[in-house]
Amino acid sequence: MPRKVCETFQIEYLQILDETGQVDACLEPDIPAEDLRKLYRTMLAARLLDRRMHVLQQQGRIGTFPSVQGQEGGCLGCAYALRLDDWMVPSFRETAALFWRGLPMKNILTYYMGMEEGNRFPDHMRDLPIAITVGSQPLHAVGLAWAARIRKDPVVVMVFFGDGATSEGDFHEACNMAGVFQVPVVFVCMNNQYAISTPRARQTHAQTIAQKAIAYGFPGIQVDGNDLLSAYVASRDAVARARQGQGPTFIECVTYRLSPHTTADDARRYRSDEEVREWQKRDPLVRFRKYLEKRQLWSEAWEEEITEEIRGEIDEAIRAAEAERARVEPLEMFDHVYGEPPPEVLAQREEAAEFVDQPASLRQT
Amino acid sequence: MPEMNMVRALNLALHQEMERDERVVLLGEDVARVGGVFRVSEGLLERFGPDRVIDTPVSEAGIVGCAIGMALYGLRPVCEIQFSGFAFFGFHQLNCHAARFRTRSWGRFQVPLVMRAPIGGGIRALEHHNDSEEALYVQSPGLKVVIPSGPRKARALLVSSIRDPDPVVFLEPKRVYRAFREEVPEQEETWPLGQAQVLRHGRDVTLIAYGAMVREALEAAEQAEKQLRASVEVIDLLSIVPMDTPTLLESVRKTGRCVVVHEAPRSCGVAAEIIARLNEQALFSLQAPIARVTGYDIPYPFFAREMAYLPSTKRILAALRKTLEY
Repeated sequence: MPRKVCETFQIEYLQILDETGQVDACLEPDIPAEDLRKLYRTMLAARLLDRRMHVLQQQGRIGTFPSVQGQEGGCLGCAYALRLDDWMVPSFRETAALFWRGLPMKNILTYYMGMEEGNRFPDHMRDLPIAITVGSQPLHAVGLAWAARIRKDPVVVMVFFGDGATSEGDFHEACNMAGVFQVPVVFVCMNNQYAISTPRARQTHAQTIAQKAIAYGFPGIQVDGNDLLSAYVASRDAVARARQGQGPTFIECVTYRLSPHTTADDARRYRSDEEVREWQKRDPLVRFRKYLEKRQLWSEAWEEEITEEIRGEIDEAIRAAEAERARVEPLEMFDHVYGEPPPEVLAQREEAAEFVDQPASLRQT
Repeated sequence: MPEMNMVRALNLALHQEMERDERVVLLGEDVARVGGVFRVSEGLLERFGPDRVIDTPVSEAGIVGCAIGMALYGLRPVCEIQFSGFAFFGFHQLNCHAARFRTRSWGRFQVPLVMRAPIGGGIRALEHHNDSEEALYVQSPGLKVVIPSGPRKARALLVSSIRDPDPVVFLEPKRVYRAFREEVPEQEETWPLGQAQVLRHGRDVTLIAYGAMVREALEAAEQAEKQLRASVEVIDLLSIVPMDTPTLLESVRKTGRCVVVHEAPRSCGVAAEIIARLNEQALFSLQAPIARVTGYDIPYPFFAREMAYLPSTKRILAALRKTLEY
């Protein structure tokens, strides 16, 4: 009996808009002009906030935070494929996508001021809070999608995680569960090449991360994660599949974080300036600007106008966040742990009350 | 009132809660087609169908993690981990997510799931099938931890746990599953989490236990009455978080002496916490140091030696004697 091939596979790579701003007209999605401008503005807002946050962090006005620069396009393109009644499960670099979903800037600021309030997204948002432990949130997405299917709600769940997350056991269990039960979930791996200092090659010996999907029995695709259009097109197709009951899809967005892992990281220890410069040429924001310009949807005057607007919004968000910071009631940390708190927690709240200072704004003078 | 063992009583609770509330779903390894390895979920697949009674892959993190997602969506998942010793795979999901989602989202989301798992030793099982890990869950703020000791309370507590707005770790002493029967009412019965039960009133010493150790404690109390002419008050803790500290204090203030029993290892175990609370709040009522009878600070032995590891009536009786004679 001869050996025979029982399975082969191929992984597609999708790029629609290249780094020079050239677009593949056959693949170009039909996005309304107004949306294209809004998407650009959203990316720009995430970029400008991030830059401002570096200053705030150096001034000690916010804590350590993970920069999102370079990853705005991929996550936003993916999120644009969702309806607002779909669910999104972020990791911690999806600021642009969260803005698109309706998150106020103030929430990002209060979150990095160390306040859980920032993670309480507005009630209309079907988005889970920011997740920190790497690779654990895909399971929550699978559970949400599974529950939606049980309830027969036609909603889709999209979850974001990084290349490092794909080495975690929980990632495997999430993909496996999603495949077995064919739940309506879209896995988006933001492969930004590094998990702090550990390069992508140390996470897996596989040629692509997208091909992991094959082993779980659903399609995987690799896209240029710095091209909003290809991230959108791959997500649009994946969301449609999920909504039609055809199960999960895996999208690998090949991208790059232009800043260090967090403000506490020194990226020069593990990557060269030259490498960073190469990736700066592929900046998703710049590329999308070129695309809008070619479509006559962008002008310098408009750029200046929205930049001013966004700066005003950032100033206002900082004022609001710092005002909220001044009103922090330390004892509230006891109040959102249980729906029905055990008596020991209530007793400890009383005990702590003797030793904590009231917030300045509430203090009697 | 029909008599039934703990397996049947838990099955009754699941049947009735799934009937009452269509948000309740059951998931775990071998829970549907065979009705669970201990048959606690027998008949549920036939009654409620495969959307609500789900056989999963061997995937404890997956089971707990998906149950979290389901709970966030508004379902009331009851997930089964086949043996508590396998729950470590899902411990990250439980500790870092189930326990924290409410805090993390500042009250916006809740995770009303129940994680059921058979716990404890005494059934001559293989390695990892005998341990008692309740203290680990107690050290995970945001969780509630329940351990019934017999059919009637197991049924009532499971119903209360399913209806609770918080994640509950529901640990079922497997040694008790089929050990004895009790009268269990057909009609709905609940038992508040955080309420202990005084099983036997006494004047001379308080004996606190939970889970499979309750039966050992009751037997030891009988023998103490006969051999030591001591009147022993026996308290079944039932829930570790919340803990019914007032009932413990009231008893110890009356008796002035106390012995605490559990199967889990001794150091930093639940008994240590109970003793700390009694010292903090009833020190001047105490006439003797509070004693503990527990498992030892070693890995649970293979079953040829397990009876030497588990607290026995004999060990409890010796502790009672020492405490009474102090």
